[in-house]
Amino acid sequence: MKKCSKENIYKVFNALSSDYSVYVPVKEENRTFYKKYFDGVVLAENFKTDRSAKDFFFPQSEDLMKFKTQGKSIEIIDEREESEDFIIFGVPACDEASLRILDRVFLAEPVDTYYQNKREHGVIITTACSRPEASCFCSTFDIDMARPQGDIRTYKIGDYFYFEGLTDKGNKVLDKVNALLEDVDQGEVEKEIENIQKVKEKLPLKDLSVKDFGADKTQEFFDRKEWAELSNACLGCGTCTFVCPTCQCYDIKDFNTGKGVQRYRCWDSCMYSDFTKMAHGNSRNSQMERFRQRFMHKLVYFPTNNDGVFSCVGCGRCVSKCPISMNIVKVIKTLSKGGENE
Amino acid sequence: MSEPLIPIVGVITDVRIDTPDVKTFRVVTVDGKKAFEHKPGQCAMLSIPGIGEAMFSITSSPTNTEFMEFSIKKCGCVTEWLHSAEVGQQITIRGPYGNAFPVDTAFKGKDLLFVAGGIGLAPLRSVINYVRHYKDQYGKIDVVYGSRSKEDLVDYNEIIEEWQNDPQVSVHLTIDREQEGWDGHVGFVPNYVKELNFTTDKTVVLCGPPIMIKFTLEGLKSLGFSQTQIFTTMELKMKCGIGKCGRCNIGSKYVCKDGPVFRMDQLSELPDEY
Amino acid sequence: MQKITRESLIQKGVELLENGTVDRILGWGKGEFGYDITPTVFYDKESFSKNFEFSSFCGANFSKYLLKETRKGGKILVFIKPCDSYSFNQLLTEHRFDKDKVYVVGISCEGMADVNKIKQKYGEIASVKEDENGITISTLYDGDKTILLDEVLLERCKVCKGKECVYFDEFIGEVKENNPQDRFEKVSALEKMSADERFAFWQNELSRCIRCNACRDVCPACTCEKCVFDNPNSGVENKAISDSFEEKMFHIIRAFHVAGRCTDCGECSRVCPQGIPLHLLNRKFIKDINGFYGEYQAGKEIGSRAPLVNYKKDDLEPSEAVKREEE
Repeated sequence: MKKCSKENIYKVFNALSSDYSVYVPVKEENRTFYKKYFDGVVLAENFKTDRSAKDFFFPQSEDLMKFKTQGKSIEIIDEREESEDFIIFGVPACDEASLRILDRVFLAEPVDTYYQNKREHGVIITTACSRPEASCFCSTFDIDMARPQGDIRTYKIGDYFYFEGLTDKGNKVLDKVNALLEDVDQGEVEKEIENIQKVKEKLPLKDLSVKDFGADKTQEFFDRKEWAELSNACLGCGTCTFVCPTCQCYDIKDFNTGKGVQRYRCWDSCMYSDFTKMAHGNSRNSQMERFRQRFMHKLVYFPTNNDGVFSCVGCGRCVSKCPISMNIVKVIKTLSKGGENE
Repeated sequence: MSEPLIPIVGVITDVRIDTPDVKTFRVVTVDGKKAFEHKPGQCAMLSIPGIGEAMFSITSSPTNTEFMEFSIKKCGCVTEWLHSAEVGQQITIRGPYGNAFPVDTAFKGKDLLFVAGGIGLAPLRSVINYVRHYKDQYGKIDVVYGSRSKEDLVDYNEIIEEWQNDPQVSVHLTIDREQEGWDGHVGFVPNYVKELNFTTDKTVVLCGPPIMIKFTLEGLKSLGFSQTQIFTTMELKMKCGIGKCGRCNIGSKYVCKDGPVFRMDQLSELPDEY
Repeated sequence: MQKITRESLIQKGVELLENGTVDRILGWGKGEFGYDITPTVFYDKESFSKNFEFSSFCGANFSKYLLKETRKGGKILVFIKPCDSYSFNQLLTEHRFDKDKVYVVGISCEGMADVNKIKQKYGEIASVKEDENGITISTLYDGDKTILLDEVLLERCKVCKGKECVYFDEFIGEVKENNPQDRFEKVSALEKMSADERFAFWQNELSRCIRCNACRDVCPACTCEKCVFDNPNSGVENKAISDSFEEKMFHIIRAFHVAGRCTDCGECSRVCPQGIPLHLLNRKFIKDINGFYGEYQAGKEIGSRAPLVNYKKDDLEPSEAVKREEE
């Protein structure tokens, strides 16, 4: 365990900037987002960003390849390049957990090399949450906001940052700034973890349980009549899917640049009416079906295919961003058999 | 590092007009070889840069070592563009995708009954020609195939010249309505299947429009077939082909990865969302 | 006339359900925290009495839901705030639904609260309560606070266009004096910028767009059966930025398409998850239309002809409009 003062953290960022692009959470005009660190950038008070760290690995829009066509012939130009080495600082436990969920999709055979490339070059420095939001419910998914995973785990306690390397990749980063860090024992951190446990008890959604959901429960939930009521006001926009750190559905599209064709992928949403639309039919015609798909995927289908792991980390972004305030919390509560979630 | 989303360039070396809205395209790589090996029932993603990608079942048999064929019905942007393509046109191709018909397990040693309607024959042609090739390993083959009219029967020439002359194969053709120059059976596929009164020792492979599948299943049930004997192949919207883009799922199964071939009893356990 | 409360609205709703005027109610449904209201259709008085909510967090404009609801049988009760009634009228003007399938209870409104403003100011909120003294919020880390509605009003309520409903079958509540701020203040400030400054302003704002389409999907003026941006055959269907200009096109085209029909309900900005002040684009059009053709408020009267689609001989010549804009 190492520590450095709040002032020295900027020296740490500076030192790391020579080998890495360092992204840190900043707050500007009521918005919290990751900004590439340069001299003078000031850390936000609260590190939870409006959009999650997913965007670094699975960006909103990403070029896949180029085509040059001439007459009847086609040339495919593979424009993949090795990603830069980068560090994301201050990632909360939920968002780090979401990356391991994305790994289950993108790193499963056949491996998505666009994602893999960035994942291999990215270093995740997490920070324990001492001030979670009212909409947070990560503990529902057994994520511990006091003991986040990642390459390096940090705690912000008083005037100091405490560092703990968790992986080789993380330790390599800490070695580079060893001169700026001092050795400390676990004492302060243990106290902070206790404090966070107390904070967790205050969270309005702390008792939310998903015990009724999980693998192989498709038949139990698919035909529930409550879906109609839950989805009735859904606008069919993509807000929940785009702010979600685990949503990863995408579309592949071609764009004629005038000089050739750029094939790119971009976020897509199961909430959109054309998501499953083909020339001769649509497997999910109504908004109810599309709404159901999103939550069945997170609470049943994904666990079925992934050893019982849910594809929600309880970050609460959909809870605070949905235009009609319909969200996975309300879905879980409505469809649970009663008892715990009442 | 190979990337599954990046295709290779293929060349259309032959275009055959099958019906007023179906053409069959022969595709090889730029150096004249077969693009990749596949199993009967698998699919490939074809694309024309600037128009987009679309998934098609590989119509030719894996036993064909020289090229692949795709029978494609005109119904969307990509297919429309393909229908206007000429020999020599390059396209892109990636695959193979999905599972295959269980030719090495469930089909082994069995009498096989293929039931298809319209363009639904395309995905079955691969497996029909595969089992014809390895005839010793399979029993008798029955093909019930129907279409709106004689002109709409896909691969009519192959059916007449090859399948009907194959002693192992019995072909039962039908068209929806009476037509001049047609002395074969007239009527819908589901009824014809019932009329033919097949014995229930056969393994069935079914592909066609949803309404045909629905009524054929009812017909087969009344003849005493069980769902575990019946296989079908599905088509939903696909973009990636590798189970990641998230749209072709039926419940927890992705058609591009866990399908497109499903046994009827497995399919009936999935949500009715296809 | 009395001040409307949750109880008075429940009483009204139950009465109309019981006497058969309507068979269901479109109202605000309770959330987890008191401020997270979901538009809900209630079919019986029990669930309505239990789950209906009315507070200063009922900003959601129900007019657009009537497109879907009026296609079902029966008659629906809808609670309409003054500013929602403009959207309601505008939709009737555009023949988007059958008003005979709706029973409108107009309700007075003293403005709605912006929960994001409260969060920015007071931190995380575990729950909210409201009574005659104001809004009491229980914060997670800073105890309870009582705040005044006036300090946390939604932007659109600060520039309220009127406290009277322009459409209703019956009206309840009391109409209070209205002292709105100048709603064109920010537009004027943008007009005074140089073209480069203005471009930089919008580039900064619109670069955050994630193309979730929430602005479009909530907009009561966006009621096309198939939006051009969702139609693969349109050639402009794009879910993401193919280049940086594309993104601006989406919002600018949308602003053009609703020009003259936009009632300035402000829902686009309220729902934007990225906090983009989209209403400013629409307000620029409203300001120009007012300036060029005389004051016009979309939705004020059913059947009114918007200046942009209503040729008059004394209309301003386009060249004159351009000249004025340059001055």
